[in-house]
Amino acid sequence: MSAESPAPSAPDFHAASSKALRDPSIRANFRRAMDGLMSKRAAQFPDSVEWNTLRAIAASVRARSLAKLPELLEALEAKCVANGLKVHWASTTGEANAIVLGILRGHGATRLVKGKSMVSEEMHLNDFLAENGVESLETDLGEYIIQLDGETPSHIIMPAIHKNRQQIARLFGQKIRDAVYTEDVDALTATARRVLRQKFFEAEAGLSGVNFAVAETGTLCLVENEGNGRMSTHVPPVHIAVMGLEKVVERLEDVPPLLTVLTRSATGQPISTYFNMITAPRGPGEKDGPREIHLVILDNGRSRIFSDPELQVTLRCIRCGACMNHCPVYTRIGGHAYEAIYPGPIGMVLTPQTEGLARRHELPHASSLCHACAEICPVEIPITRLLVRLRKEAARPSPGSKVLGAGGGRSRLEDLAWAGWKAAHVSPLLYQAMTTLVRLASPLIPSKFGPMKAWTNVRSKPRPARRTLHDLAREKGVPDA
Amino acid sequence: MKPEAVYFFGTCVVDLFFPEAGLAGIELLEREGVRVVFPRGQTCCAQPAFNCGYHEEARAVARSQMALFPKPIPVVVPSGSCAGMMKHHYPDLFEGTPEHARAVAFASRVHELTQFLAVVLGVRLADRGEKTTVTWHSSCHGLREMGLETEPKALLSQLSNVTVVPLKRERECCGFGGTFSVRYPDISAAMVADKVADVAGTSAPTVLSADAACLLNIGGALGAAGAAVRPRHLADFLWERTRER
Repeated sequence: MSAESPAPSAPDFHAASSKALRDPSIRANFRRAMDGLMSKRAAQFPDSVEWNTLRAIAASVRARSLAKLPELLEALEAKCVANGLKVHWASTTGEANAIVLGILRGHGATRLVKGKSMVSEEMHLNDFLAENGVESLETDLGEYIIQLDGETPSHIIMPAIHKNRQQIARLFGQKIRDAVYTEDVDALTATARRVLRQKFFEAEAGLSGVNFAVAETGTLCLVENEGNGRMSTHVPPVHIAVMGLEKVVERLEDVPPLLTVLTRSATGQPISTYFNMITAPRGPGEKDGPREIHLVILDNGRSRIFSDPELQVTLRCIRCGACMNHCPVYTRIGGHAYEAIYPGPIGMVLTPQTEGLARRHELPHASSLCHACAEICPVEIPITRLLVRLRKEAARPSPGSKVLGAGGGRSRLEDLAWAGWKAAHVSPLLYQAMTTLVRLASPLIPSKFGPMKAWTNVRSKPRPARRTLHDLAREKGVPDA
Repeated sequence: MKPEAVYFFGTCVVDLFFPEAGLAGIELLEREGVRVVFPRGQTCCAQPAFNCGYHEEARAVARSQMALFPKPIPVVVPSGSCAGMMKHHYPDLFEGTPEHARAVAFASRVHELTQFLAVVLGVRLADRGEKTTVTWHSSCHGLREMGLETEPKALLSQLSNVTVVPLKRERECCGFGGTFSVRYPDISAAMVADKVADVAGTSAPTVLSADAACLLNIGGALGAAGAAVRPRHLADFLWERTRER
């Protein structure tokens, strides 16, 4: 089985995160990279009034797109077909893979060049195509690096961010023919460029993701920095675009407000180096562009998310990755520990909904609820609120809950603990008895006892005060009513 | 407008671990001529159960607390986190129930102590203490739920003998996160270790916060590391430096 296909048993986030914490290179690489990204982003939004205005506009664009999602998708399909594209619908990643393979087989294509696409990661497309005799080559530099090493992305924007320069230099030296070991970044980039150039010309088909699909005009927008997206979509005779069904926006004028917060939030760039707007295949008399364009629109659990009025807001995400960059948990454990396509805060919201709470109920708890993610989300996704909602769906599902695997995190022991907690806190008498007991028993409890151990491994034992505030207030004569 | 009387909701962490901070909060309010009422039946804001998804249990506790604060006067809370729970999540918790309007009305009366002192009462502080240096940890819920950012510094800047040395990562979480610290002790430990290093880097003998839970976490880690830095609640620090002796 390949490293990218889902494991049969549920991933163990506890073990994976603890393992990541013991790796000093992960800690150092992520801290350095996230610090850089945070300060670059901050420099792009120096004015808080402007920031609040921009994100309110971006959020409203995404909210309107979702409010009209079914009709916009139909309009997008109609417009794309009118423009000469072929549109395919896939409810599962298996269907999407079959569609892509069918298109490739129809053209006898065995070599595919790929621009960066997280949806193709959801599909585990590279592995699927390899099993079916198609070479699927990543051409985004970061994706190329991790493909060489047989890894998955550790960040949705910067997939190889977990690697430092020395690690990449070693990898290139080992895996690329004729490559000499160098730590010079320009030389490394030139090596990748030399390999990829040839592949762009040889490939019979190119594949890309989609950042925004405009229903009004049928335009597929692609944001990138390396030109590999343009090469993948324009050089080979066939272009296949894959998108999640939430990526549609209503009008062309909806794109600029989203693009500006996307590039500024993601990499701290005022605009990306390339912005591709793809509308139609090569027309008669035109000298370049693909002769055929296919758009594959993937559901993969999104309709289910859409059907919950509160969780629907998950689908606003424009995949900027800022929530990861600002997350104190992600910064310390890196992206691989989540064992999910989408790591970090938005991944902790998305993954349990697509993979199910029975499998991933531990993920929404991997947050201190510090709100750093919700604070910087450029489309105002209330990530922490959604995390709490998913914790609730795991432990105490709402009646008629549509969340996949609702109730999958139930624990008899935890139910009992919270029932006891409730009893002690609705009754002033029990509460007073409990605080008295805690104060009296505290010195007797060994500091490495039971759940206390988790706390005292790195902290001194919490010592209750001799008298509670209740005692002090009574002694001081503070009125009770 | 200055209210004649306020309720004081002490919070469970202050009650058990930092009672002097609660008492200092009461003293600071009374000194401004405000009558402080401390309902004896109070326990906890219900945040632990709420954050863990046990909303039925959280509702029961929240309901029992709201009943103890019936008069239309402010409810002052010496914790940004508990204040955030009562101000922003009580309405969520009772959404779609007959008690929603009551929760919204109650939430509108909730104030974080520092903000209440600085903004509503506009306190003027006269420093009576020795020259000292402190550093400030901005607690996440105070900062991002209650918008508590300028007020603590405004109050500290009134103390002529106190110098505030900022942390390098002032806005970063200390790693407490309630049950998070027990569910994911390794991640929490990594976070608090960085916070402690940041605190130590300032060389200040005191780290202040307006949230007792963060102080319990940071203070515990400082203690285990053998660092001679004292974690103190802002209210306690302000009262001690300005009280008449």
